[in-house]
Amino acid sequence: MSVLFYASAFVSVLATLMAITRINVVHALLYFIVSLIALSVIFYTLGAHFAAALEVIVYAGAIMVMFLFVIMMLNLGKPTEEQERVWLKPGMWVGPSLLAAPLLVELVVMISGAKAQTQAGVINAKDVGIALFGPYVLAVELASLLLLAGLVGAYHLARK
Amino acid sequence: MFEFSVGSVLSIVFVLGVVLVSAAMLIWVERRFLGFFSERLGPNRVGPFGVLQSIADVGKLITKEDWIPPFADKYTFVIAPIVVPVVMLLSFAVIPFAPGVGVMDLNIGLLWIFAMAGLGAYSAMLGGIASNNKFALLGGLRAAGQMISYEVFMGISILGVVMLGNSFNMRELVEAQKDGWFVLPQFVGFIVFVIAGLAETKRWPFDLAEGESEIISGFNTEYSGMKFGLFFVGEYIGMFLLAMLIPVLFFGGWLAPFGWDIGPPLVSGLLWMTIKTTFWIVFFILVRAALVRPRYDQLMNYGWLVMLPLSLLNLLITGAVVLYQGS
Repeated sequence: MSVLFYASAFVSVLATLMAITRINVVHALLYFIVSLIALSVIFYTLGAHFAAALEVIVYAGAIMVMFLFVIMMLNLGKPTEEQERVWLKPGMWVGPSLLAAPLLVELVVMISGAKAQTQAGVINAKDVGIALFGPYVLAVELASLLLLAGLVGAYHLARK
Repeated sequence: MFEFSVGSVLSIVFVLGVVLVSAAMLIWVERRFLGFFSERLGPNRVGPFGVLQSIADVGKLITKEDWIPPFADKYTFVIAPIVVPVVMLLSFAVIPFAPGVGVMDLNIGLLWIFAMAGLGAYSAMLGGIASNNKFALLGGLRAAGQMISYEVFMGISILGVVMLGNSFNMRELVEAQKDGWFVLPQFVGFIVFVIAGLAETKRWPFDLAEGESEIISGFNTEYSGMKFGLFFVGEYIGMFLLAMLIPVLFFGGWLAPFGWDIGPPLVSGLLWMTIKTTFWIVFFILVRAALVRPRYDQLMNYGWLVMLPLSLLNLLITGAVVLYQGS
């Protein structure tokens, strides 16, 4: 299982990097989908089967499809690619990298101190449901309020 | 290893063989039936009754020029047709063919099928956007809108079955129908599922993404040769998948009706599964021969104004009944 975990983690990191550095937006999106599927495999190897399925259904299967739908509508052509090329100049990487480097070091230090959580057993859909509507019911209600606000906003914008 | 049990080599080879051969034969079966329904003979030249028509079709598609338009996005153009047959074949991994026949016994089986169906939407969309062609883009857009919308109702419509069966595992769902098929308590869910499933496979009358009379051939306008063939085969594998999913979820899967078991469980299971699947395949072909294609706005209105409220109501009432019975 740990071989699978590291392999899919490697694929996920690599695909995300490729997604950031692609100039063509459709290619970037395809790499991002690969990254999400790799993430889902990681969830599966950790025993969270339900989360793994939801990752593919919600993110790779619905949200990314929406992204592609919008890309089709926007008619992005050669000018966008030129703009992207300018934005992705090597000089642009210096500032963000300098800022992100300390965070990466901190993360590695924190993880190396933590105790390894090995195989907490399979967490099935029922356990997730009990946790969500037991101790975390307030969070579920808040999330649904937020979604409702989004729904009302979208309805208002589309009416005009 | 070489006996029938879930995940054994024999099981995997059997499932793969059945799916691939059936998908290829379906092309001939459909054309033949469509012929009969419209008082023609259909393809009857290649082999006895024309059964070898599919082989001739494949031969023709492979030997055709495999053309990639110079204005297309080459890599995406090549990837697009591969997606749909692969995800449809992967979906069959969790389908219970008979007791002990199947590729894997996954505890999230039903969610696995939905994950694969969600990824299947990319084929038409990527094909449409990579072709760099107005009609292909329109087809891709139609496919995207249609598949996102109908996936919602399809997902909600089977939640009633999940509640009654108390599981996402396909084998447990079949076993849960021992005392009565889910089609009776879940009739509304069943109707919504069949319609949404048809829309999901982009088959007639929901083939607006291709719409020959309006947008040439939709998302696959620029495709030729075996690349087109993959889109085509993917559609038939999807139809076969739907024709097996409906019996598994609503008609008791491999279970015999009224206890009409014939022989050992394996033989009886395979026989009843074949009968039920064949019934639904013929039904889909008949639907194609009988109905006309709706306009796109009709499709969307019908989905969001009829199917969504229906499936939500079904979910609410089923939930209330299950809660009442449980307390």
